[in-house]
Amino acid sequence: MPKDTGIGAPMKRREDIRFLTGKGRYTADINLRGQAYAAFARSEVAHGKINAIDTRAASEMPGVLCVMTGEDFAAMGGNPAGWLINSRDGTPMREPKRPVLAHGKVRHVGDAYAVVVAETVEQARDAVAAIEADITELPAIVDMKAALADSGNRVHDEIPDNLCFDWGWIEDNRAAVEEAFAKAPHVTTLELVNNRLVPNAMEPRASLADYNPGTEDYTLYTTSQNPHLHRLLIAAFVMGIPEHKLTVIAPDVGGGFGSKIYHYGEEAAVLAAAKALKRPVKWVADRTESFLSDAHGRDHVTKIQLACEKDGTFLALRTETLANVGAYLSNFATATPTFLHGTLMAGPYKTPLVYVNVKAVFTNTAPVDAYRGAGRPEATFSIERIVDKAADELGIDKLEIRRKNLIGADQYPYTTPVGLVYDTGNYAATLDKMVELADVAGFEKRAAESKARGKLRGIGYSTWIEACGIAPSNLVGVLGSRVGLFDAATVRVNATGNLSVMTGAHSHGQGHETVFAQVVAEKLGIPESSIEIVHGDTSKIPFGMGSYGSRSLAVAGSAMVKAVDKIIAKGKKIAAHMLEAAEDDITFENGKFQVAGTDKAKTFGEIAFSAYVPHNYPLETLEPGLEESAFYDPGNFTYPAGAYACEVEVDPDTGRVEILSFTAADDFGNVMNPLIVQGQVHGGVGQGIGQALLENTTYDENGQLLSGSFMDYAMPRADDVPFYTVDHSCNTPCTHNPLGVKGCGEAGAIGSPPAVVNAVVDALRRGGHTGISHIDMPVSPSRVWQAMQA
Amino acid sequence: MYDFEFVKPASIADAVKALKEDGAQALSGGQTLIATMKQRLAAPGTLVSLTGIAEMKGVSAAGGQLTVGGATPHAVVAAEAKAAYPGLAALAGGIGDPMVRNRGTIGGSIANNDPAACYPSAVLASGATVVTDRRKIAADDYFQGLFTTALEEGEIVTQVIFPIPEKAAYVKFNQPASRFALTGVFVAKFASGVRVAVTGAGADGVFRWTEAEEALSKDFSPAAVDGLSVDPSGLMGDLHGTPEYRANLIKVLTKRAVAAA
Repeated sequence: MPKDTGIGAPMKRREDIRFLTGKGRYTADINLRGQAYAAFARSEVAHGKINAIDTRAASEMPGVLCVMTGEDFAAMGGNPAGWLINSRDGTPMREPKRPVLAHGKVRHVGDAYAVVVAETVEQARDAVAAIEADITELPAIVDMKAALADSGNRVHDEIPDNLCFDWGWIEDNRAAVEEAFAKAPHVTTLELVNNRLVPNAMEPRASLADYNPGTEDYTLYTTSQNPHLHRLLIAAFVMGIPEHKLTVIAPDVGGGFGSKIYHYGEEAAVLAAAKALKRPVKWVADRTESFLSDAHGRDHVTKIQLACEKDGTFLALRTETLANVGAYLSNFATATPTFLHGTLMAGPYKTPLVYVNVKAVFTNTAPVDAYRGAGRPEATFSIERIVDKAADELGIDKLEIRRKNLIGADQYPYTTPVGLVYDTGNYAATLDKMVELADVAGFEKRAAESKARGKLRGIGYSTWIEACGIAPSNLVGVLGSRVGLFDAATVRVNATGNLSVMTGAHSHGQGHETVFAQVVAEKLGIPESSIEIVHGDTSKIPFGMGSYGSRSLAVAGSAMVKAVDKIIAKGKKIAAHMLEAAEDDITFENGKFQVAGTDKAKTFGEIAFSAYVPHNYPLETLEPGLEESAFYDPGNFTYPAGAYACEVEVDPDTGRVEILSFTAADDFGNVMNPLIVQGQVHGGVGQGIGQALLENTTYDENGQLLSGSFMDYAMPRADDVPFYTVDHSCNTPCTHNPLGVKGCGEAGAIGSPPAVVNAVVDALRRGGHTGISHIDMPVSPSRVWQAMQA
Repeated sequence: MYDFEFVKPASIADAVKALKEDGAQALSGGQTLIATMKQRLAAPGTLVSLTGIAEMKGVSAAGGQLTVGGATPHAVVAAEAKAAYPGLAALAGGIGDPMVRNRGTIGGSIANNDPAACYPSAVLASGATVVTDRRKIAADDYFQGLFTTALEEGEIVTQVIFPIPEKAAYVKFNQPASRFALTGVFVAKFASGVRVAVTGAGADGVFRWTEAEEALSKDFSPAAVDGLSVDPSGLMGDLHGTPEYRANLIKVLTKRAVAAA
């Protein structure tokens, strides 16, 4: 029987009741007395020189309270990149200032250059339309190869070749890798595109700024995955507000997928306007603004090569990638294609030599940054596609080539040639489980049945690994991070024995309020209903780094466990006094402090009461109260891994791909709530299927976003995805955090795209189209059909 | 959305009168117009709702014809045309999603004449008659290009009269994002011959594939189309499919429509 409470119980998410009954409280739901509304003037051209912006007519429109342009913010600080990358030659990356609002130039369609604040949204938008912007359009820089080749046409005038950095990883291995390629019996080469994605969180970005002229305090309600990081960026880097005079509150947030990690100019603009007007100022993006100005994801163009023996043993791997960073460096933009990508290029394999080269390129497109998986999906897609291509070239079974090269269960800790130490894993076990659950043995029979109906059936695999639970601060500091990546928790026990946990993690759909409570309930032996998880308000929570990179449970959850351990330790001291026993003789189990070997005991509630009503209490040696904080800095990344199988059917007449089944066998370490883990895998695989089959972000040669609405940008819908088979029984607990957890939020989005594309290519090759070795994502019906015409 | 006035007349005569005012715009189900207004891409001064006019609503079959009121929602056609003209009912039942089908109307669809809309193919393939407040227009004369029809300023589609074919079917291939027809083909077989209309693919909107009509009039079977090919010039190309891809779809879907009819 599965548990129905505590760690490992498949509890339904407590927060869903408010979400599903319309009682969530999002930024747009919050209204302050006297609030005004902001609207932004955004560039309609991808690249242009701003000659003049005439705001006089707009200022005189009905209801308009103020109009500000980029010039008004020119003296403010830039929104920084969080990670310094050095090029192969040792020079630091080129880092243009990212202003609150554009001035001098506009650099992508949707680049905001002015803001209007008015009594109503409609008045603000009317006034935006009345702003006269004299902008000379310049040739748009869209294609990365062209951007690098034409030094005369620059996104940022001071940056030649539009090159941010040219990074090698690990540069010292380059020569050895080249030598291995020169000697290799077989080399497989593949050029591929990892398609750009628009995050499309259900809730668009929104901000509501308030300024108290009496105390000179600011409050910003905003859509953030990491309110303390937002506060730090706004206070210390952009606006120069003392950190203690700014409160950032991220209330219920309707999805982020990375796009709400970052600080955006609109947030600073509404704060400045709120101060200037001494009135609250609200802005809520519409969907078009989201398409144009949210940080996009992926957008790599890669050449990958795999050197191997004729028997399929991997000898060396190298890649050359162009990574689009868009018009400005978003906060994690430089980390995503480097340390979240290059360090993963060994995958789950024993490949002894790996070298990764990444050139990051500025273009006149929206900034590109981390999106669910962030760098790791790009790495996994490249690796898993070339493994399939090599297998085809060498005539080796796709499962066999993987088995031959997977790191063995007895090889941990395993040091990869790209700088990571995998602490634990068992990749063959998840592969075997996947083969069983996907009924690989029965595939040929199913393929024959499809063929009889005129359809082409294929099966594709992916064996993937990620590094998450980011991250050890000292390690990332050496690698260029400008922030620490610890997290924090405070456990405040109330006199009546219930308690609040203030966490640095932020839940924007993950279910933290449920699963964190399960963990604390298990540790303290009290019901979940006695536990409140508090997140999202910098005035309540300790300084934590928020939620992204599958880090919440592994890092913030570890801090929470440490804080709970301190509560228990203090509780034992109180209990020892009350029970007149030695502290060492006190045990704590199932919510009871007990003198070992006796029936003398105090409940958790009695100890809590005593801490706040300390009448019988060791006040000489122990402070009253029961509240503890802990910070936790991880000792290593965590390394979830798994094996995926996707089975598809291709309609040869139309090129339409239907996903018939998808099987995911994952190792997430210990699982705290299997129902939530399943949901995370379903969501991640759904997003991966979206990337693989549907989502096509296209800018034309003038830098206009052609897929700028849901009429042209295809999100996966329920009938685009199959019922999933999900398993997480083959787990190897993480060795370096207290819960033994690895993280599951990004897994599906990382492992699934190559499984889907491998399945489509497999179907086509089995159908006689043996000239097809790759189709770029999204593998749309027209692309499949086109490939079949060759 | 900009501010606007709203009137909801109860008769065609009152609607026609209201539409003579400056800045007046007819509103049927609003599935295109309201979205356009929300994006501030349209700013009519007055919306004249046509959905309160009883004489423009309903489905009736008599004398080999099916008459659909201009303000009849797709869901009503899907349910009430099922017995008399199942091919048309199936088309109506496949437009958009339940919300679209319960708001959007046949008159609104063919007055807008979106090149990827489903209804124009049925109207054209059926050789239907578009009845307005002032005249009757044959389908072959009605559709005149992208978002362009024979309708004059302020003219209202009050009814569409479909001759009921012996057999008919519509097969569409969804554009993956909008789920409008990337290409859709309506095939209708009458005693007098076969008509084939294609939506979603033509650079000038819905059109008849006359070669297929001739072949199918001689032999109403999927194989009859085998030897034909569609010239991609004159077809649309976009993110979702090249003209060549759409040319292929026209042929594939025509065969499937014949098989389904």
